[in-house]
Amino acid sequence: MKHMLKLFLLLPLFWAVPAHAIDVMDVVKKANHMSYYQANDGRAKVNMRIIDAQGRTRVREFIILRRDDDDTDTGQRFYVYFNKPADVKKMVFMVIKNMDRGDDRWLYLPALDLVKRIAASDERTSFVGSNFYYEDVSGRGINEDTHTLVKEDDNYYIIKSIPKDPQAVEFASYKSWIHKSTFLPIKTEYYDAAGEKLRSYSALKVDMVDGYPTVTASSMEDHKTGGKTLMNYSAVKYNVGLPENIFTERYLRKAPRKYLR
Amino acid sequence: MAQEIKLPEGLGDLSTMSQTVDEAAGLPFDLSGFLESRIGTRLQKDALEKDTSIGEMRLQVGIEKEFDSLTFNLVSDFIYDPVQDRYAVDLETGQGVVDLREANVVFSPLDFMDVKLGRQILTWGTGDLLFINDLFPKDWNSFFIGRDDEYLKGPSDAIKTALFFGDYNLDIIYVPRFDADRFIDGTRLSFFDRAQGSLSGENPVLANPPDKWFGDDELSLRFYGSIGAFETALYYYNGYWKSPAGQNFITGLAEFPKLQVFGASARGPVGKGIGSVEVGYYKSADGAASNPLVRNSEFRFLVGYEQEIGTELTGSVQYYLERKSDYDQYVASLPVGAIQDRRDRHMFTLRLTKLLMQQDLRLSLFNFYSPSDKDGYLRLKAAYKIRDNITAEIGGNVFYGQKIYSFFGQFKDNSNIFAALHYDF
Repeated sequence: MKHMLKLFLLLPLFWAVPAHAIDVMDVVKKANHMSYYQANDGRAKVNMRIIDAQGRTRVREFIILRRDDDDTDTGQRFYVYFNKPADVKKMVFMVIKNMDRGDDRWLYLPALDLVKRIAASDERTSFVGSNFYYEDVSGRGINEDTHTLVKEDDNYYIIKSIPKDPQAVEFASYKSWIHKSTFLPIKTEYYDAAGEKLRSYSALKVDMVDGYPTVTASSMEDHKTGGKTLMNYSAVKYNVGLPENIFTERYLRKAPRKYLR
Repeated sequence: MAQEIKLPEGLGDLSTMSQTVDEAAGLPFDLSGFLESRIGTRLQKDALEKDTSIGEMRLQVGIEKEFDSLTFNLVSDFIYDPVQDRYAVDLETGQGVVDLREANVVFSPLDFMDVKLGRQILTWGTGDLLFINDLFPKDWNSFFIGRDDEYLKGPSDAIKTALFFGDYNLDIIYVPRFDADRFIDGTRLSFFDRAQGSLSGENPVLANPPDKWFGDDELSLRFYGSIGAFETALYYYNGYWKSPAGQNFITGLAEFPKLQVFGASARGPVGKGIGSVEVGYYKSADGAASNPLVRNSEFRFLVGYEQEIGTELTGSVQYYLERKSDYDQYVASLPVGAIQDRRDRHMFTLRLTKLLMQQDLRLSLFNFYSPSDKDGYLRLKAAYKIRDNITAEIGGNVFYGQKIYSFFGQFKDNSNIFAALHYDF
């Protein structure tokens, strides 16, 4: 009886909260899943156009293979096979994303038949000279920031994130617009301590691929330099059935053609 | 800060992606390569060589053709080189207008087996520009006159069989006829000729290479696997010293004595970077210990560490040791007045690589320094990508040392600077 009473007292409190109230970590987890962990594996051809403030354009083209270790949205393997520019053609960049320690990275240089283990670099430096950082491509740990739901409207959850270790990153905070029904991040803006915009990410196009809503065009703008990078995905495929051993020295030296076509 | 975030294209009503199919390529095979011109000059007069250290136009054509279960690779360079001024083709030494770098087929006869048959570039081991268990041909001439790093490796005519057993794997490389280094022979770079006791150039060393098919062969094995985050390997080599390391007692011609190498390596994350260690025992020809005309057996050791040390700045250091095994016998066997090497040759290397201008400009420095030989070699390079497919490069190769006969000291007169313009297709 006493318990019942307590329950009645609490009820109005629940009603005061909107019916679709959602835990911010839940949104962040789902957004992280949608951005980096859909299906067990995936394959895409990526075209990057890096445009500087003077309008000069550089092009990168590569095929990316991704395989998740399990369903926990943690460990992953990436195999990146370059087609353009010509001087890096057939070069391979491979990453094993570990949760308990830094990532393992390799570079394969075909002209020398050299498998080079490379030191994990600062995650917040340019990926292949673009305005995207390594972390933008492979994902930022969801526990590295403190997230707050600042607003929501018809389409988006708007989340502000503050790094737990501000020394480790170039930004003071960032804000993400997470699409409500798909949980895809549609826009992310990074700010410095003065609140000035540093960089902003935009999803430009979303397609349904193999049943998975997928961002197939996006951009990253650098507001300090005036440069930006446009990224286009084509030939996207999920649940390719990539064997785990694709991500080994064997396939660095002998590209797995079947999965790169 | 009211901000209208528009829904991206396609998100309003999600539809199935119309996947664009790549337009079929125009060629029935994959074509790639480059065209470059490279010119360089000595920084000082060398009485034995031309002032121009390098001057060449080079076209590389790479063709790759895939069939159902095999891939065919062909990579060949076509060179116009008025400095060398020799146009007759020698595919073994890479001299002349054609340097065939790769001509091989790759196939997998079994699930756990890859085979690469034919001319190929081979590399293994953990060193950075230092090699212990990698006994595949090196081209020191190219390396010292400022060609691209890829030319440090010469091709092997080999059959490579790679077996994969999951956690442990085995590579077996058989070279039916010995492939020597493209060693310093005086045609491009002057060197100290110990037999003559003086610097030598223009007159090639008359080597007497083992060249019988299936008789003078080489075998390289690597057994490797990962232990946690560390990659470990055991190596074995049975063949010949890759550069001349002996002299025929009767003819006085330079020779490639027999050599066996037993080695091991490990590489993995250490602190914020990558650490590596490699060892090797070089077992020279029988009787080498007391024969002054044949290089002694040696123990070799290498330890290295690489780490990112700043924004787009990577640094690495290595320590390398060569120790003569039978030093007392070596000393006792030396003729009177002969140059006596120390038991140990110590070397340190430093590499710094900095990327600037959105990685379009790459600055690199590599220095070899030996405190025991009191000599060294500094490599500097700046490469700027004018466009995606055009790179301009300048660099230098500076040798220094106190003794005219030490490893790097002998090349002092070959110090050079170079510039190149490189177009990729």
